[in-house]
Amino acid sequence: MNKKTLSKLLKYVSRYKICAAGSLIFSVLSVVCALYLPILNGRAIDCIIEKGSVDLPRIATILIEAAFVIAAGSVFQWIMTLINNRLVFSVVKDIRQDALDVIQRLPLSYADSHSTGDIVSRIITDAEQIGDGLLLGFSQTFTGVMTILGTLVFMLRLNITVTAIVVVITPLSLFVASFIAKNTHKYFTAQSETRGKQTTLINEVISEEKTVQAFNMGGHYIGAFNEINDDLEKTSLKATFYSSLTNPCTRFVNSCIYAAVAAIGALNVISGGMTVGSLTIFLSYAGQYTKPFNEISSVLTELQNAAVCAGRLFELCETPKYTPEEIFTAEEICVASDGYKSHTDAITIKDTKTPRAQSDPVALSGTSGNVGFDNVSFSYTPDKPLIRNLNLNITNGMHVAIVGPTGCGKTTLINLLERFYDVNEGKINLNGQGITEMPYHGLRKHFGMVLQETWIKTGTVRDNICIGKPDATDEEVEKAARAVHAHSFIKRLPHGYDTMLGEGGSVLSAGEAQLLCICRVMIAIPSILILDEATSSIDTRTEHRIQRAFSKMTAGRTSFIIAHRLSTIKNSDLILVMKDGNIIEQGDHNSLMSFGGFYSELYNSQFVLQ
Amino acid sequence: MRFISKYIHNYKKEAVLAPLCKLFEATLELFIPLIIARMIDKGITSDPANADKIFILKMGLCLVALAATGLVISVTGQFFAAKAATGFAASVRRDLFSHIMGFSYSSQDSIGTDTLITRLTADINRLQSGVNMTLRLLLRSPFVILGAIVMSFTVDVNCAMVLAIVVPLLSVVVVSLVLITLPLYEKNQKKVDALLLSVKESLDGIRVIRAFTLEKENARENTDRNYAVYDASRHAGHISAIQNPLTLLMINIATILLIYKGAIRVDEGILTRGQVVALVNYTSQILVELVKTANMMITLTAAIASGKRVTAILESPVEEPVSRKASPVDGQTPLVSFDNVSFKYHDDSDAAVKNLSFSACKGQLIGIIGSTGCGKTTVANLITGAYKPTSGTVDVSGEIAVVPQKSVLFSGSIADNLKFGDKNASEEKMWSSLSVADAADFVRQKEGGLSYTVTPGGKNFSGGQRQRLCIARALCKPSDILILDDSASALDYATERKLRDNLLNMPDRPLIFWISQRAASIVSADQILVLEDGECAGLGNHETLLKECETYREIYESQN
Repeated sequence: MNKKTLSKLLKYVSRYKICAAGSLIFSVLSVVCALYLPILNGRAIDCIIEKGSVDLPRIATILIEAAFVIAAGSVFQWIMTLINNRLVFSVVKDIRQDALDVIQRLPLSYADSHSTGDIVSRIITDAEQIGDGLLLGFSQTFTGVMTILGTLVFMLRLNITVTAIVVVITPLSLFVASFIAKNTHKYFTAQSETRGKQTTLINEVISEEKTVQAFNMGGHYIGAFNEINDDLEKTSLKATFYSSLTNPCTRFVNSCIYAAVAAIGALNVISGGMTVGSLTIFLSYAGQYTKPFNEISSVLTELQNAAVCAGRLFELCETPKYTPEEIFTAEEICVASDGYKSHTDAITIKDTKTPRAQSDPVALSGTSGNVGFDNVSFSYTPDKPLIRNLNLNITNGMHVAIVGPTGCGKTTLINLLERFYDVNEGKINLNGQGITEMPYHGLRKHFGMVLQETWIKTGTVRDNICIGKPDATDEEVEKAARAVHAHSFIKRLPHGYDTMLGEGGSVLSAGEAQLLCICRVMIAIPSILILDEATSSIDTRTEHRIQRAFSKMTAGRTSFIIAHRLSTIKNSDLILVMKDGNIIEQGDHNSLMSFGGFYSELYNSQFVLQ
Repeated sequence: MRFISKYIHNYKKEAVLAPLCKLFEATLELFIPLIIARMIDKGITSDPANADKIFILKMGLCLVALAATGLVISVTGQFFAAKAATGFAASVRRDLFSHIMGFSYSSQDSIGTDTLITRLTADINRLQSGVNMTLRLLLRSPFVILGAIVMSFTVDVNCAMVLAIVVPLLSVVVVSLVLITLPLYEKNQKKVDALLLSVKESLDGIRVIRAFTLEKENARENTDRNYAVYDASRHAGHISAIQNPLTLLMINIATILLIYKGAIRVDEGILTRGQVVALVNYTSQILVELVKTANMMITLTAAIASGKRVTAILESPVEEPVSRKASPVDGQTPLVSFDNVSFKYHDDSDAAVKNLSFSACKGQLIGIIGSTGCGKTTVANLITGAYKPTSGTVDVSGEIAVVPQKSVLFSGSIADNLKFGDKNASEEKMWSSLSVADAADFVRQKEGGLSYTVTPGGKNFSGGQRQRLCIARALCKPSDILILDDSASALDYATERKLRDNLLNMPDRPLIFWISQRAASIVSADQILVLEDGECAGLGNHETLLKECETYREIYESQN
C-alpha cells in the first residue's frame, strides 16, 4: 500500500479522533466478552459430571455471570458498529466533499482532457470503495487481531500442548486460502476483461441501435455479442468455481484442526491435563482462532483496493486548482464566511444569492464593453501554435462577428476572453484593465454566453431558463421565452413551464434546447454578449426572429457572434475573418465583399448552390 | 419465477445436483456434535479408569473422514452451482440482447437506452450471483438449522424445546430487520444516483456554469446531495447495526438456558455430560447458519429485483418488421406514397404528423423543409417503417438507405463502417461512395486509408468528416431510396454543393429525400414538401411554392 495515500487517508480519519478511539475501545471490550463467554460455559460444564454429582447452585452463579457478559458484549458490539458507521460514512462524505469542491475550481484544461465518466466514477464509485474498505478494516482488522491474541492467551492458560497444535496447524488454512485466492485472481481478471469487452459492445450498439437497425446490422452484432457471451460464460464459470473453493477447503482444514483438538484434548483430559469443560472451550476457540485469519486476509485485499481508489480520488483533489480569491470578487468572499462548515478552503457556500452584476441595464456605464487584444499568442499544446500575435480593439457597443472554417480558432478567442484558458503571451483588456487581474467572477459577470453545445440541467423548463437569474418572476420567464419564440413549443410540452427536463424527463430536440439556452441569456442581460454558433440547430425563420430580438437586446452593448450562416452576421459592425489562428480580413460586410477575398468567396458559395 | 425456471431448464441436472450435494454435506456436519458427545461419554467417561484412548482416536479419525467426504461433495456441489448460474446468466443475456435488438424505435424511445444497458450488465450479474447463492445456500442453511433442531430433539426433547422456541423467534427478528433495512438501502442507492447525476451535470455543463458564475449554486447542490447520501447511508447502517448484537444476544442466552436445563437433566440421570456438550454445539451451528441466511437474503432480494427488471424487458413486445415490396421495374410507379398519413408518438399527445399525402418515383429529388420540431424526421421514420402510421397508409417499395441526423460511426476500421450496408462491398465501391460523399480526400490522407481505425462514436473525426462518412456508408448500401436527414448541417456551403452535385450525377441514381433547413439546398428538387407543425403547408417545386406557399417564402427570404 502506498504510504502517502495511507497517511492522507489517516488524516481524514484523524478528524474523528474520538470516534476512532471509541471504536478501538469498544472493539477490545466486545472481544474480551466474546472470548470470556466460552470460558464461563466451560466452567459450567465442568460442574456437570454425572447423575447425582451436578453442582447446580454453582452452575447458576456462573450462568448469571455469563448472562451479564452476554448482555455487555452485545451492547459493546452494537456501540462499536454505530461508531464505525459514523466514522466511515463521515470520512467518505468529507473526501467526496473535497473532491466536489475541486470540480468548481478545476482548470478547464483538466476537465477537457479527462472524460466526465472518469471523474464521476472517482467521486462516486471510488469513494464508495474507500468506505467499504474502511468499514471492513475498522470492524474486522482490529477485532480480528484482538481475537487472535486473546484466544492465544486464554488457550495458553488452559493447556499448552493443545494450543501448540492449534497454532501449528492454523497456517495451513491460511496457506490454502491464499493459494486459492492467488489462482482465482487470474480468472477474475479474465472475467472482468471479457465483461469489459462485452460492456463496450453493449454500450456502442444499444445507444445507437436505431442506426444499427437502419442498416440491418442487428444480426451481425447479435453474432458478435454471442461470441463474447460464450467466452464470458467460460471465464465466469472458472472465476465463480475457483473462488467458491475457498470455503469448502478452509472448512476442511478447520475441521481437521477441530478433530485434532478433540482427540488430543480428550486424551489430555484422561491424563488429567485438562477438564471436559476446557475441552469444550478449546473446541469453540479452535473455530474462533482460525476465522479471523481468513477474514483479515480478505480485508487486506479490500483495503488494497480501497487504497488504489483513494489514490485516484486524491489525485483529483490535488490537481492544481484556483483559489477562492482567483474566482470570487471581494464582495462575494465576505458572503462566503458563513454557511456549510467545510474543512478546507472550499467554496461551498450556503448563501447563494449573490447579486448578478449589472442586471439593470441602466447601471451600465458607457465604458463597460471595451475589449482589447494586445499581441496575444496562444496554443492548446506547445507543439501546435494556434493564435499568433493577435491585435484587436473593440469599443463599447460594437457588434463583432467572427467567421472562418472549422478549427481556425474562433471558439478559442471566446475561451480566452472568458478566461477558460489563459493567453501564453500578450494581454487581453476589458475596459482598460487586464483580465488576468480580475477574479473570474468579476470578469465573467460582464459576459452572457450561448454555446453551440447546449446544456440542459435536470429540472423544469423554468429552472433551466432561470439559471442566470434565480429570482426571476413568471412574467419575466415568459417574456424571455416569447422573445426567442420558445413560448409556443414550451406550451405544447406536457406540463408547460413545469415540464421536467433531463434525465428521465422530456427530451428536447437540439433546436429546442438551443432556444432554451438563448432564453437564459435573455432573462439576465449582460454588458457583453457572446454567441458561439448559438443558433446552428435552429431553422432560419426562427433564427431571423431571434436575431431581431438580439438586436433589440444588444443595442448599445458589445456582442461577439460566431456563425457559419453568413446571412445572420451581415449587419455586424466588424467582421473578423479567421484562418489558421490568424485574422486574415476584417471590416464590415460591404467593404469585405468589395475587397473580394476569402470572405466574399465564402459568402458567394451560399448562392452558387442555386 | 416462471422466467427463472425457463432459463434454468438447460441446466436442470446441475440445478438439482448442486443443492443435493450441499444437503448431503450438511447432513455430515450434523454428525459432528454426536461424535464429540460419544468421545466424551465413552472415551473420557466420568471415571478415568474406564477411559478408552483407542476409541477417542477412532472418533478423531472419524471426524477427519467426515470432513474429507464433506470436502469432495461440497466441491462437486460448488461446481454444479457455478455451472448452472453462469450458464443461466449467459442464456438470459443472449436472449435479452437479441430481444433488445428487435425493439422498435418507439420502444427504444420509451424505455431509454441507459436502463437497457444496466439491465444487460449489472442486473444480470446480480441475477447470476443470486442463482449461485440460492443453489449453494438456500437449501443448505435452513436444512442445517432444521437438522440441528431435529438432532437436538433426538438428544433430549425437553432441552430441545429451548431451541424450538428461540430459533423461530430469532428468524422472525432477522427477517424483519432485513425487510426494514432493504428499502433503506434502496433509498440510499437512489441518493447516490442523484449525487452521480448532479456531478455529471456539473462536469458536462462546466462552461455554462462558469460563464453564468454559478459555481456556488452548483457546489451547493452537490453538497446537499452529498449530505443526503451521508444521512441515508448512516440511517440504513444504524438500523442494520443492531442485527448482529441482537442475534448473538438471543443465541447466547439460549445456550446458557440449555446448559442450565441440561445440568438439571444430568443430575436427574436422564442426560449425559457429552449430550449437553452436543446440544451446545448444535446451538452454535445454528448461529453460524442464521447469520449466513441473513446475509443471503440481502443478495437474494437484490437478485429478485434485478430479475423483475430483466423480465420486464423480455416481456415487452417486439414489433414485426415492416415487410417491403421489391422495387418495381418501371420508373413510373411510385416507390414511396403517403395516403392521408397521421402519426402520434403517444395516444394522448398531439399528432406529430397530420394528414400527409404525397408520392415519389425513382430518380426524383424530394426536398423536405420546415422549422425546428415540425415533423421532418418523423416523416423519414415513417418512410423507413421505423414508425407505423396511426392512421392512413404508407406504401414503400425497394431498399432504403438512411443517413441519420446524428452522425454516428462504430468502432472498427473505416471499411468496417462502410460495409455496414453491404458486407461484400468491394474496395472500389467503397472508394466511389467516399468520393461521391466528398470524403475520399481526407480518408486517403489517413494512415492506412480504409483500414484507419475509428474510435467508438467516431470521436477521432471532425463533425463534418463524420457526416460525410455516414453519407458514404449509406451510399455503399445498394438501395432504391436514399434519405438524408439534415445530413449536411455540419458541412460548409461549398462542400454541401459539391456533395449535392455528386449525388445528382450518380449513374442510376436512387430516389433521394433531402431533409434540410436550408432552402438553398433543395431549390432544384422535383418536389418540395413544406411542413409546419406536422402538417403539409405546401407541396410543389421551388417556383410554385415561392408563389403559393407563405411559409416557404418566409423560410426562403429568411435565408437571403
